[in-house]
Amino acid sequence: MDSITYAPATGALSSMWLLVAIPALSATVLLLLGRRADKWGHWLGVASVLASFVLGVTYFLQLRGIDGTGNKSLSVDLFEFIHIGDLNVSVGLLFDPLTAVFVLLITGVGFLIHLYAVGYMSHDPGRRRFFAYFNLFVAAMLLLVLGDNYVMLYAGWEGVGLASYLLISFWSDRPAAATAGKKAFLINRVGDVGFALAIFLMFATFGTTNYADVFNGVLASEAGQTVSAGVLLAMGLLLLLGACGKSGQFPLQTWLPDAMEGPTPVSALIHAATMVTAGVYMIARSQVIFNANETAQTVVVSIGALTLLIGCVIGCAKDGIKRVLAYSTVSQIGYMFLAVGLGGGAYALGIIHLLAHGFFKAGLFLGAGSVMHGMKDQEDIRRFGGLWKYMRITWATFGLGYLAIIGIPPLSGFFTKDPIILAAFNREGWTGWLFGSAALLGAGLTAFYMTRLFVLTFHGRPRWQKEGEGGAHAASATDAHGAHADAHGAAIARTEDGRDIQHPHESPWIMTVPLMLLAVGSVAAGWLMSTSVVDWLTPVFGEHEEGHAHLTHTQVTIATVAVTVLGVALGYLLFRGGTSLVEQPARTHLVRAARNNLYADRFNELVFELPGRLLTRALVWVDNRGVDGIVNGLAAAFGGGSGRLRRLQTGYVRTYALSILSGAFLIVAALLAVRLG
Amino acid sequence: MNDIQLPAIDYAALLPMLIVFGAACVGILVEAFAPRGWRFVIQVSLTIGGLVAGLVAIIVNRDLEITTIGGAVTVDGPGLFLQGAIIILGIVSLGLIAERRLERGGPFVAEAAHAANSDGDKRQEREPGATEVFPLTLFAIAGMMLFCVSGDLLTMFVALEVFSLPLYLLCGLARRRRLISQEAALKYFLLGAFASAFFLYGVALLYGYAGTVSLTGIREGVLQSEQSGILLAAGLALLAIGLLFKAAAVPFHVWTPDVYQGAPTPVTALMAACTKAAAFGGLLRVFNVAFETTAWDWQPVLATVAILTMVVGSILAVAQTDIKRLLAYSSVANAGYLLVGVVSLNGAVGSSLFYLIAYGFSVLGAFAMVTLVRDSEGEATHLSRWAGLGKGSPLFSALFTFLMLGFAGIPLTSGFTSKFALFSSAWDSDQSVLVIVGVLSSVVLAFPYLKVVVLLWLNPPGEETPTVSVPSMLTRAVIFAGVAVTFVLGVAPSFLLDIVADAGPFLAK
Repeated sequence: MDSITYAPATGALSSMWLLVAIPALSATVLLLLGRRADKWGHWLGVASVLASFVLGVTYFLQLRGIDGTGNKSLSVDLFEFIHIGDLNVSVGLLFDPLTAVFVLLITGVGFLIHLYAVGYMSHDPGRRRFFAYFNLFVAAMLLLVLGDNYVMLYAGWEGVGLASYLLISFWSDRPAAATAGKKAFLINRVGDVGFALAIFLMFATFGTTNYADVFNGVLASEAGQTVSAGVLLAMGLLLLLGACGKSGQFPLQTWLPDAMEGPTPVSALIHAATMVTAGVYMIARSQVIFNANETAQTVVVSIGALTLLIGCVIGCAKDGIKRVLAYSTVSQIGYMFLAVGLGGGAYALGIIHLLAHGFFKAGLFLGAGSVMHGMKDQEDIRRFGGLWKYMRITWATFGLGYLAIIGIPPLSGFFTKDPIILAAFNREGWTGWLFGSAALLGAGLTAFYMTRLFVLTFHGRPRWQKEGEGGAHAASATDAHGAHADAHGAAIARTEDGRDIQHPHESPWIMTVPLMLLAVGSVAAGWLMSTSVVDWLTPVFGEHEEGHAHLTHTQVTIATVAVTVLGVALGYLLFRGGTSLVEQPARTHLVRAARNNLYADRFNELVFELPGRLLTRALVWVDNRGVDGIVNGLAAAFGGGSGRLRRLQTGYVRTYALSILSGAFLIVAALLAVRLG
Repeated sequence: MNDIQLPAIDYAALLPMLIVFGAACVGILVEAFAPRGWRFVIQVSLTIGGLVAGLVAIIVNRDLEITTIGGAVTVDGPGLFLQGAIIILGIVSLGLIAERRLERGGPFVAEAAHAANSDGDKRQEREPGATEVFPLTLFAIAGMMLFCVSGDLLTMFVALEVFSLPLYLLCGLARRRRLISQEAALKYFLLGAFASAFFLYGVALLYGYAGTVSLTGIREGVLQSEQSGILLAAGLALLAIGLLFKAAAVPFHVWTPDVYQGAPTPVTALMAACTKAAAFGGLLRVFNVAFETTAWDWQPVLATVAILTMVVGSILAVAQTDIKRLLAYSSVANAGYLLVGVVSLNGAVGSSLFYLIAYGFSVLGAFAMVTLVRDSEGEATHLSRWAGLGKGSPLFSALFTFLMLGFAGIPLTSGFTSKFALFSSAWDSDQSVLVIVGVLSSVVLAFPYLKVVVLLWLNPPGEETPTVSVPSMLTRAVIFAGVAVTFVLGVAPSFLLDIVADAGPFLAK
């Protein structure tokens, strides 16, 4: 690959900082004005994102106007951020084809979500605050994709993390939401450690964190072997750790489904369509680093394949409509990781799947929200059924999203998932068969659990009681899934046989219009993306090369469609007659494991939380009792009796002095040892 | 009989310190001669005037690089920067010390020596506080300034005592919870004296080794001395212990939580910001000037101390239930990050100086906000009492949340830029292990900060939620300065980084 240069931005593009500044300003205004802005605040939020979208389209058109040979990567240097010693980090922005598609996705889908939220949050007293956080999120996400160096990427990265934390715990009076917010924050911090260390490593190796300089450094080292392969591998793996944290990939996937505690489904959406794709963006952006190291790529592919299967398996076992969609997100991002890990032309495949996923998953989540809106915030699919008669627009748009995600031709999922499976099969050697089969199996499982979701929600006999029918007197019982269901505080009344009493209805236009627009995207975008977007991204990723052909395109297409149809048929046959109202006892280990999220939480608890807690307790003990405590404790242990162990209170000066003295002794001894040894 | 040769004295170089010391002495005279009713106003204006004049003198001196009074004082770029930092942070913390609206008569009592709960002690509860705190603060600040520009170890020792003694006294003056305040003062004094003894013994051994106590003399002595290396190693270790005690590094941190908790919060703020700057100013100077050439000997030991400090500080911060103790342990962990800068020697002097300013302002803001949460017993520092404050006092909670996020190192706060600058220059100086531990421990350390944020916003208020008092302009100004600097240094840190870069290395000639 030739060396990478960014041309200075001219014309309209030199004002690309406005993209970030407009939503950031709007967020500031909304937060600072407080309740004074309650009446019109949400419209300001919508308008600011619309303005960003219009700007994004303008910039996109300008970039498209540059003819074939021109440099399509335009950067603008705003000001010097940190300058110390050799380190020079500037606030600089970059607009290239890859950034362009992300800007359009973020502002476009973001605008529709904002619009939808105006309706969805209309009864919430915190609506203005919600829009402030939402604007903050858009600004941070745009900074993330626009930055021209890794520090800017990191700043946006932490910004979206903060915004997502605020949004997840938005309904802070619900303990589950507060816990989920904390979990998301902490697991993301684990990933961030990797990212931060990668940045330091880059700075130490190449003396810079600018994309162009780092990538050119990597390219030069490939030619001259100036940088050891180990360093590049470490860099790749550390970046990957960051990406796994943000994108909910194995082993850091557990926070993502919990994040669905946020205001349904609006903030859930940023955890589906936009923010969680940041990891994919980061790997695609760092393609030069990953290309230079095959081991790092193999790790990315393996994590993608593993996560996509984990997501599918757990998705089959969940009953909450948002939970299933959340695990399907985990699984679909697995596909994207698989694609970007394959390298070469498959980068573009990962990106187009990301874009298509952005549309259909947004549609599905907003559809889920629309269902819950009409069903008193119930989210248990066991308690739905036959809803297609009552909410036709939601049914139709959700159905299109459903067909798109399982990859029925000619909807978008088919055009984007199919090439990924093909590319996986055509990886060199036996691993091609392995990863290809995993991707194929995932397609079948996706078809199965999505069919289950769709059929149980919209078809079959209603498993609820219509209000004022059947002469049932309402036995007021709290819902078993109370924590999820009573988002707005109202328990749902029940009939005697345990069914919900419902009054299903279609959502208002402000919610259905975004649904329809997204459905159009799910239908039409696929074909568009599989050709023109791949061409559009060529300046960034290079030409697509055909790999070793284990299987031909036709064979893979037939196999994929066959597996998908099989999954749909199985799902339909099993669930057309509905299901019981409550979860049945698990008969096999697999079902039990899947219902427990494959024990990932239990694993984290045992491996990370428990030792951490023990270490803390031990340190507190030592710190409270000082060296005295240890000495006496040892004396007691050797003397064989707890009677000797004097109970020591905290805070005696002599204890402290002894601690200092022991420290002093150790330091003197250590220095002498170094000196003499 | 030989005439004693008086060394040449460059008064211009000493001017900033002379001004502050002079103002402190005038302050004592004010106590003696000014009428009681006037003292407070006179002292506040005198203190602020003295500090501002000192700051102006430092700015005038900014390009000075000179060794004077026979090598006792070395004025150089980093020294002047540290002096300026201490004065600025001192002026800001003065806003808390002079606050008289939150508590009738101010946060101090008139006499520290009354036994707790005795009649005399109860009587002075309603009386206005001592105005001697102002000259005491000035003496402490002037001592810190001298500490940062000491050219030899004896001057450094004198400066150490000059700034420590007023602090011991100030710790015991809290108006509320007299008992733990007195306990804190006594503990700090006893342990401080203990650490001073180590320092002095180290000086003696080093004198035995190099035949001089001047820092540059020791630097040369390392190359030429024929004495045993044991003297050097033991002397260095004992000297370092004295300094690490003031810097609150593990295992010499034991006093920190008790003293931070017991001292009047304005004094805690002063210690967290200014004493930290002075202690690290001293550490940086000693290791960069006197022991740079023996770095191979002490770097592994000091690196171990840094790791211990980061790990222990951050993990113990998780377990705290009192906001002042939490901030104390967070200050221990931050001492660990700064030690990374010390171990990295010349490469990280600039970013360490930057870190001291950034941290100093954030911590002043945080402690200023701690003084506002009160009930009838005074400050309510137990974290359980802070639950649900966000409902009733959204502005307070938002600002405190911002400071907590700053401590946690989120971008767009000075916590991020300062850690980033420090860690990247340390990594560049081949201290990658320390950086990895630092980044990991900062993740752990984010947890207690987050806990406070969750508590403020998400937990239901307890039965007796304390109120957030409305302070006078002084405390408001402190909070504003803390928050504003945390933000500005997070967004546009380059102007300060340029100043730090211009300060150059320590003068080692």
